Amino acid sequence: MAGLSFEHGTGSSAAANRAFKQQLNKVYGWYTGGFIAFVVILAVLEQMGLPRNWIGFIFLLATVALYAGIGIMSRTTDAAEYYVAGRRVPAIYNGMATGADWMSAASFIGMAGGLYLSGYGGLAFIMGWTGGYCLVAFLLAPYLRKFGQFTIPDFLGARYEGNLPRFIGIVAAILCSFTYVVAQIYGVGLITTRLSGLAFEIGIFVGLGGILVCSFLGGMRAVTWTQVAQYIILIIAYMIPVVWLSVKQTSIPIPQAIYGAQLEKVTALEKKLIDDPKEKEVRDAFKALADGFDAKLKDVPAALAADKAAAEKKVADLKAANAPVAEVQAAEKALAAVPANEADARKAWTAATAPNAARTAPLAGMPRHAQQYAGDPNGDEKAKKTFDESRRNFLALVFCLMIGTAALPHILMRYYTTPSVREARESVTWSLFFIFLLYFTAPALAVLVKFEMFSFVVGTPFDKLPEWISAWNRVDPTLLSVTDVNKDGILQLGEMRIGGDIIVLATPAIGGLPYVISGMVAAGGLAAALSTADGLLLTIANALSHDLYYKMIDPNAPTARRVTISKVLLLVVALAAAAVAAQKPADILFLVSAAFSFAAAAFFPALVLGIFWKRANKWGASLGMIAGLGTTFYYMATTQPWMRSVFGVTSPIADNIWWGIQPISAGLFGVPVGFAVIIIVSLLTPAPKRETQELVEHVRYPDLKLAKA
Amino acid sequence: MQQLSERHHHYWRKNLRITSILLVIWFVVTYGVGYFARDLNFNFFGWPFSFWVAAQGALIVYCLIIWYYARYMNKLDQEHGVAEEE
Repeated sequence: MAGLSFEHGTGSSAAANRAFKQQLNKVYGWYTGGFIAFVVILAVLEQMGLPRNWIGFIFLLATVALYAGIGIMSRTTDAAEYYVAGRRVPAIYNGMATGADWMSAASFIGMAGGLYLSGYGGLAFIMGWTGGYCLVAFLLAPYLRKFGQFTIPDFLGARYEGNLPRFIGIVAAILCSFTYVVAQIYGVGLITTRLSGLAFEIGIFVGLGGILVCSFLGGMRAVTWTQVAQYIILIIAYMIPVVWLSVKQTSIPIPQAIYGAQLEKVTALEKKLIDDPKEKEVRDAFKALADGFDAKLKDVPAALAADKAAAEKKVADLKAANAPVAEVQAAEKALAAVPANEADARKAWTAATAPNAARTAPLAGMPRHAQQYAGDPNGDEKAKKTFDESRRNFLALVFCLMIGTAALPHILMRYYTTPSVREARESVTWSLFFIFLLYFTAPALAVLVKFEMFSFVVGTPFDKLPEWISAWNRVDPTLLSVTDVNKDGILQLGEMRIGGDIIVLATPAIGGLPYVISGMVAAGGLAAALSTADGLLLTIANALSHDLYYKMIDPNAPTARRVTISKVLLLVVALAAAAVAAQKPADILFLVSAAFSFAAAAFFPALVLGIFWKRANKWGASLGMIAGLGTTFYYMATTQPWMRSVFGVTSPIADNIWWGIQPISAGLFGVPVGFAVIIIVSLLTPAPKRETQELVEHVRYPDLKLAKA
Repeated sequence: MQQLSERHHHYWRKNLRITSILLVIWFVVTYGVGYFARDLNFNFFGWPFSFWVAAQGALIVYCLIIWYYARYMNKLDQEHGVAEEE
């Protein structure tokens, strides 16, 4: 890629900006062609017999080296370049960078899988993670661009007159960005492990190298240009398998337009599967298992004694009958596996009840794909209640994800990088457009994969199962496992357990594509995780170096020292996040969703009122942010199992639940509390200074020329 | 004290108006259709209508209203003399 250069012209004139944009078009045009050529060459090599793990390695090394290369080419120590990429990023490229920044491992890998498992219910994520951009566009982005500083706490500090609101902003920004970045690094480790076969912990640090070279050397400037490159890879990688599946099933290459027909077929197949007698056999078998554990739990000592006696008898019988050594060993192993004491037995059996009980539901526990909400509004009392709660939780989740989207600092920060307010507005349009491309494809992917599963995989004899099932089972049996429960030699839907995280990664194999496409999809997932991690790390490091150190501790620090401190902090934060991710924290998905609720409750009310209500003042904003964050935190701590165990909450969950809302949507309470507290406290305390009110007017007009009276 | 002219107030009022109108559209598409999802179940080119809206229709509307807002506001800037100099 000769001629790849991100040197800006010195002037900020329109002509220089246009020339810069043309140069970018050329560079990224060549880049896209180069990537496609690279994939084609690998495909040819695969046909010639290049081994699979080599393909994985080549993808991993080539993409990480590419990102690092862009990082090295864009290295800088200039503050405006480091923090906001010189404010010369054209709207369309800022849109692509925001798209990559936004779409994390969860969007790329997890979302279509979530839709596969939960059908309509999963669409809350599709709407929530796109609709939030309306709020960004209408309420925040143009005004923040006009304000024109470096970070979100910057705005809070200037608008709310002082270091207290700024400090709360720093704490909240770090809280939500750190939980989010841990999840990204975890995703990076997972994909690196799959691609290369390295150990998980080593995978994390290899991926981390790619993240760090980029953001460490060039800050926002390097991250922006890398994210554009990452967006191109991830969108190509997402589209190709879906288009392929669509052509295979319907011979039309536009999956988004035609999957309605496939959804009708899936609905018909669901009905058939629910009524299928073989599926009923499987469900009954699981019910018997669950009931068996239930019965044992009713009288633990007797059941334990009986189990032990039966296992001992079997060993003795086999030995007496001179059975083959293997059989005796198996029986001895079974004897050793019998729980040692009552407490262990109770724990093991309780743990074993739930998974079996979950599989007694039709369609392997999945709701019917096109059905909106559980329960029935016209049914009995219980069905009505289920329906109401299901609908309420769906809408609450959409609300939290939308407000959270419009409040995550690493996204809002991106709108500081455009050349003008005008371009900031257009840039939101481009951001959503590029995100939209992936998000309106994900539901199609879920339906096409479901059709493939229901019509071709289910009903296959066990000895003729496709190769990808055993391959993924080898990678991790908790992600995919099949067992012939009713011993008829044929796979029923109820006999397969599948995790949402492998749907996208396995789609190329499910559709029968060559392995090189699987490698490309994994590289796309890596790009999604790396780009988000870059943006988040930068946000955290900037909050500490720019807001905490420069603005609050040493306002006389020279520019070079500020940038150096930011780089050092970046390294420290990245290593800390990697260390946490290496522990494989239990509830990673919950942590990601929690970040949205936290951001929504902490930032959204203070930012919006700061722009649209001049009367909002320092005390209102400070207390409002604390109250919003506190309410959200309290609700999660009392209702979410993992948080409850951390904080030692023992009162029953049912006592703490408000209106049946799940802890994932805790922001539903935090946001209104935040708004209310800001308004009430502001009205009770004096109005902000005149200069502050003038600042509000200043941000409301892209160019305010006033006659001084 | 800086003085905002009548023209500035007019600009801000028009901005608030268009913002509110677009937010109402945003609300109806998201929560209106979401709330009545079970009832809006008629067949729409193969999809149940409310399913299609949540999976695609709402997203298209979001894109369109953001695009329209950017266009409208950029024009409003020009008309009221508050556009940035190029």
